[in-house]
Amino acid sequence: MKKEILLSVKDVIKKYGDYTALNKVNISVPKSSIYGLLGPNGAGKTTLMRIINQITAPDHGTIIFNGEKLNKNHIKDIGYLPEERGLYKKMKVGEQALYLAQLKGMSYHKAKEKLKYWFEKLEITHWWSKRVEELSKGMAQKIQFVVTVIHKPKLLIFDEPFSGFDPINAAIIRKEILQLRDNGTTIIFSTHRMESVEEICDHIALINDSKTILEGPIEKIKEDFQPNTYEVSLDSNNLVSSNLFKILSNDKNTYKIKINEGFLVKQTIDVINKEHKIVSFKKDSASVEDIFIKSIKDE
Amino acid sequence: MTILAPILMASLIIVPVFLANQDQQNRLIAVSEDDTKYSSKINDTDNINFEIITEDESEKIRKNLTDSPYYAVLDIKNETFTLYASQQIGLNIRNSIQNQLEKIIEREKLKQAGIDIKIIENSKTKINIETKIIDTKGEATDSNTEASIGIGFITGILIYMFIFMYGTMVMRGVIEEKTNRIVEIIISSVKPFQLMMGKIIGVALVGLTQFILWILLTIIISSFAELFLIDATEITNNTDTINQSLILDEITKLTGGIDLIKIFLSFIFFFLFGYLMYSALFAAVGSAVDAEADTQQFVLPITIPLILAFILIQPVMDNPDGTLAFWLSMNPLTSPVIMMVRLPFGVDIWELVLSMILLILGFIITTYLAAKIYRTGILMYGKKISYKELWKWLTYKG
Repeated sequence: MKKEILLSVKDVIKKYGDYTALNKVNISVPKSSIYGLLGPNGAGKTTLMRIINQITAPDHGTIIFNGEKLNKNHIKDIGYLPEERGLYKKMKVGEQALYLAQLKGMSYHKAKEKLKYWFEKLEITHWWSKRVEELSKGMAQKIQFVVTVIHKPKLLIFDEPFSGFDPINAAIIRKEILQLRDNGTTIIFSTHRMESVEEICDHIALINDSKTILEGPIEKIKEDFQPNTYEVSLDSNNLVSSNLFKILSNDKNTYKIKINEGFLVKQTIDVINKEHKIVSFKKDSASVEDIFIKSIKDE
Repeated sequence: MTILAPILMASLIIVPVFLANQDQQNRLIAVSEDDTKYSSKINDTDNINFEIITEDESEKIRKNLTDSPYYAVLDIKNETFTLYASQQIGLNIRNSIQNQLEKIIEREKLKQAGIDIKIIENSKTKINIETKIIDTKGEATDSNTEASIGIGFITGILIYMFIFMYGTMVMRGVIEEKTNRIVEIIISSVKPFQLMMGKIIGVALVGLTQFILWILLTIIISSFAELFLIDATEITNNTDTINQSLILDEITKLTGGIDLIKIFLSFIFFFLFGYLMYSALFAAVGSAVDAEADTQQFVLPITIPLILAFILIQPVMDNPDGTLAFWLSMNPLTSPVIMMVRLPFGVDIWELVLSMILLILGFIITTYLAAKIYRTGILMYGKKISYKELWKWLTYKG
């Protein structure tokens, strides 16, 4: 089943003087998915996110949002939590949240009602009349998260959403993000923390040196990166390669094998089972981190 | 600041008036002389009354001066003059007595030399040139150079001060938003240009409110102060002025012939547009740096024309229709200050209008350029910015 695409970025080029920040970048973000935008520092992720947010305009290329060319009316459909984020320190939490919500086009009453809901949900109602400077960094991050999602945008863009959170609050935010996805929100998610990518992303794109070098559903990328690779544990340590499979590596009784083109998993299991006792047999997939590092080195 | 400034301004107006009134207390001074050479010729002045007493009395009074009705005792003996008092004698009283005595001696000497005092008296001349301004129809109105200088100077300096004050306020605001990192959250909702103009207009409204408050509070406070501090002594012998503010009265008297409404409206115009133009530049500087400490190198070139205008107020006043004055009041960077200085001296309407149009154009151009720098600058962190870099930003596409 092919998922409907909410946002597609086609051949986007952005130059700053002589420096090319994005060079023909393409991504397609399916509806109701969590889309991980990965890449080393300076790869152009932030520029891409700024373009989607219409903070800057691309020099070339098109962006289609929800079937239309990206335009001003889409601002209220997008929520953005930048990596470098802050709040007015002297302002009170509630006032500021109301102000930022209204900037996104919400009415005062609607904003107040929604804020109340979110503040209660995250158990931060008592912060309402505190000044932002009285809050810790993690507390301020929570407010920023609320302000980003408050207007129920179709697309949410989170740049390093977990930075600054302790593990408990990071878990709370992760839960909220997943819930938002389940309710139909599409989420673009940028991070350096690969373990969180594995946990929550459905799709990923890897941007390096201003270009997209990998893009697609996370399982497919993993499979493409290391096709037909399995991990077999036996009761003995004398397995040898055959015409069906090749041994890539072994650690005592555990073998990493690659099934050759044209053969099925079942056939392989049957062949191995004839001479050895299989303790376990499972798909061996590379971690996103491995893919990330290897792809960038190969570039 | 909002409350303090008008109090300070009011006190600036009220204190000198108050002090001047205080000094006008009448002093009674006893004069004793072995002869009548001087005492017969000494005259009462506005605030000193002389009373001739005998030497015996003088001695008595000097023993207990504080209880006597006299402020001081002037003793004249063999051409030596001594002034006794129970406290330090005020400088102006001493000078006044000294002057009188000197004159008496002078006349005496002239008389001895056989010169007729009347001739000297008649040769002393005092003239007063009346200045009038003739308009195109040939009608003359009274002019007052001192008042023109005063108004030009005050309005020019006020504009200079306000542009500086509110311009830096804008710059600080931009830096605050940038270092707080709230800017990226906001510009995902509004355009950078809107944010910049919002900041500038917001501060302008704060400025205008503050300015109007200052004027109102200054008038209110000084009127009240006048009522309590001065009226008690002054009004008793001048009942007509009870309901009329002395200060407002003074102002209208002083500024006869100067179109105050035109000046006021021009002031608002030059303040607003001068501020708008400069604050766009200040906003651009704020966006380009990471901290206020780094603003120095960029603020300097912005403030140079402003400071130049300030310094050139004096030469412009000396020749308010000269070439220097004309060009400085056309250049949008200096015109807000210089035009205000020139206005009370009378400026042709076409010059005023041209200067205003040029200022509006200057505002549009600087804002356009500043917005380009701002747009890039607010999202740029941790980079040492050079002029070359700023120039590059101007060429980036939105």
